[in-house]
Amino acid sequence: MRHTLAVLVENKYGVLARVAGLFSRRGFNIDSLAVGTTEDPTLSRMTIIVNGDDHVLEQVMKQLNKLIDVIRVIDLGSEEFVERELALIKVNADANNRAEIIQIVDIFRARIIDVASKSLTIEVTGDVEKIKAIQTLLKPFGIKELARTGIVALNRGSKSP
Amino acid sequence: MTGKAERMTGARAFVECLYRENVEIIFGYPGGVLLPIYDELYDAHLHHLLVRHEQAAVHAAEGYARATGKVGVCLATSGPGATNLVTGIANAYMDSIPMVAFTGQVPSSMLGNDAFQEADITGITMPITKHNYLVQDVKDLPRIIKEAFHIASTGRPGPVLVDIPKDITTDELDFVYPDTVELRGYKPTFKGNAQQVKRAASVLKGAKRPVIYAGGGVIGSEASKELLAFAEKLKAPVTTTLTGIGGFPNDNELYLGMPGMHGTKYANYAIQESDVLIAVGVRFDDRVTGKTTSFAPNAKVIHIDIDPAEISKIIKVDVPIVGDAKQILGSLVDQVSECDTKEWLDKIATWKRDFPLFYVNRDDVIKPQYILEQISEVCPDAIIVTEVGQHQMWAAQYFNYKEPRTFISSGGLGTMGYGFPAAIGAKLGRPDKIVVDVSGDGSFQMNSQEMATIVQNNIPIIIAIFNNGYLGMVRQWQALFFEHRYSHTTIENSVDFVKLAEAYGAMGIRVTKPSEVKAAIEKAVEANGPVLIDFVIEREENVSPMVPAGAAINEILDLEDTQ
Repeated sequence: MRHTLAVLVENKYGVLARVAGLFSRRGFNIDSLAVGTTEDPTLSRMTIIVNGDDHVLEQVMKQLNKLIDVIRVIDLGSEEFVERELALIKVNADANNRAEIIQIVDIFRARIIDVASKSLTIEVTGDVEKIKAIQTLLKPFGIKELARTGIVALNRGSKSP
Repeated sequence: MTGKAERMTGARAFVECLYRENVEIIFGYPGGVLLPIYDELYDAHLHHLLVRHEQAAVHAAEGYARATGKVGVCLATSGPGATNLVTGIANAYMDSIPMVAFTGQVPSSMLGNDAFQEADITGITMPITKHNYLVQDVKDLPRIIKEAFHIASTGRPGPVLVDIPKDITTDELDFVYPDTVELRGYKPTFKGNAQQVKRAASVLKGAKRPVIYAGGGVIGSEASKELLAFAEKLKAPVTTTLTGIGGFPNDNELYLGMPGMHGTKYANYAIQESDVLIAVGVRFDDRVTGKTTSFAPNAKVIHIDIDPAEISKIIKVDVPIVGDAKQILGSLVDQVSECDTKEWLDKIATWKRDFPLFYVNRDDVIKPQYILEQISEVCPDAIIVTEVGQHQMWAAQYFNYKEPRTFISSGGLGTMGYGFPAAIGAKLGRPDKIVVDVSGDGSFQMNSQEMATIVQNNIPIIIAIFNNGYLGMVRQWQALFFEHRYSHTTIENSVDFVKLAEAYGAMGIRVTKPSEVKAAIEKAVEANGPVLIDFVIEREENVSPMVPAGAAINEILDLEDTQ
């Protein structure tokens, strides 16, 4: 089952390796990982998307909680939450098809952030499905490069767990 | 903060921190990047034991910790010194033993440049330490050392590594040792939840066939008195795991011996037929549970453990109580009353009579079990430290342990070569005790260089080698499961152990006849110095009984005299 974990950690060197190690040791592949500082600069928030057996994941969460540098672990799957990811897509574009691509960009409320004679770079934000959809539509033009930030997520409402 | 700040180097501060933590002894081995620290140790008021291999330093620190309950401390240089600690750190991690391992590191400016004797020891030990540190600023050193000792010794104990680059030891700071630690991500639960304790008591109310399954957590939390009171009040039998041995007096009639692969039949039968299993400070190791799906099939399981991650990790638990075993048993004992276990205890008595631990003694060849019975007779209060293999299981089965911290063995990791250095640590921690390293001829050769350490420092340890010329436990499995094809397990005549002992300046005794066993042990005790006894034992004696790997624990076979 797919899980979205929010892990609040000390903003210190080595924390990422400690956290990642708990997954890799159990043969878990991390599908998506995003890390950044929070409203408190001494804290970082990791958003981790993993697929795996629930029992094993429960064990991973308990082990995460045991790490000295981990402050809190939240399984966002257990509540309502919003998630977003940002992708930059560099796609082949010339005078013949530029208009068509701009149309797709508009429909997805994406933005063009760089234009060159033979390419366009598009910035798109959304959930996994949206990014997948625009990727599918742009593929026929030829995607030269693609970079994704990984998903970040927060639970809905005013609660901050 | 205490005292006024004094200006000093990191090396000096390192020693000051050890004073503040009341460290009596450190086990170590010097090296290039440690020179400033070793210069401070030259006239420091603490005992440094120089070993002959860093692996011995870390095992000795663990033996010291296990014998005393204090934090063991070891020190090794960068690169190979640090990597030589790895096995011992993993061992302490598996058995939850409090330890702080210090390593020297190349200067900060050279980190990551493949400098001479550089190894990324914090990276290497990440999965085998409770926590580790690379000191980046000398000002952080006192706080880090304070935290290291705190983390190692609280909650579920374990090893913490502190890696100190050379420049940190020569940089200066205004030394202040913090009074408290502030770790917002580390708040171990000590007190058991009162509701859960109440629930456990109510489950125990109707118990007819309770069994207490106690492990290393009982030793770690000093809970053996509470365990005894709890078992006696409940009238419930007690089995102790390998690391829990000594946590319950072996001569108590409620004692079942060890469970699992080489446990007693009656401990295994009792677990399997129990209606309530009270697990205390255990982690349901596979050597105990055998096939997990058929482990204690009819029991409601109460699990008392300091580590929430152990709850329902292997076996589904009905009543978890997270916290300190001593505190929880202490409050549980007030809430339970005697169970109606007469029928149950009668049944167990019948099992004990019908399926005892046994071996067939002989007068022409020495049986290993006989040696342990003789050691038990000559020095009943000794601390027994073991290596890993057949002798370890015999030592768990045939010595009469009466108090905690008298049996020291590598449990989870199963580290050959552990026992001898661990015995050194145990003896230095408990100089009042006779310390016997029960060893195999295979295991002993993994750290035999420490003979030099015990002779140089005149540390009285009795090394009892159970010499069968085989890597006996592996041979046993080859005999049972690989048609006696003894692939690379024959090590006969590899060394004359008596001459080896004498070469180091220790006393060496060879014993080949059963009639000489007792006298040799007495002679060794009397010598009160480094003594090695080479017991030439029955070569193909098996550890019995045995649950084959992966079987249910009541499918336990007698192997004695099957050869």
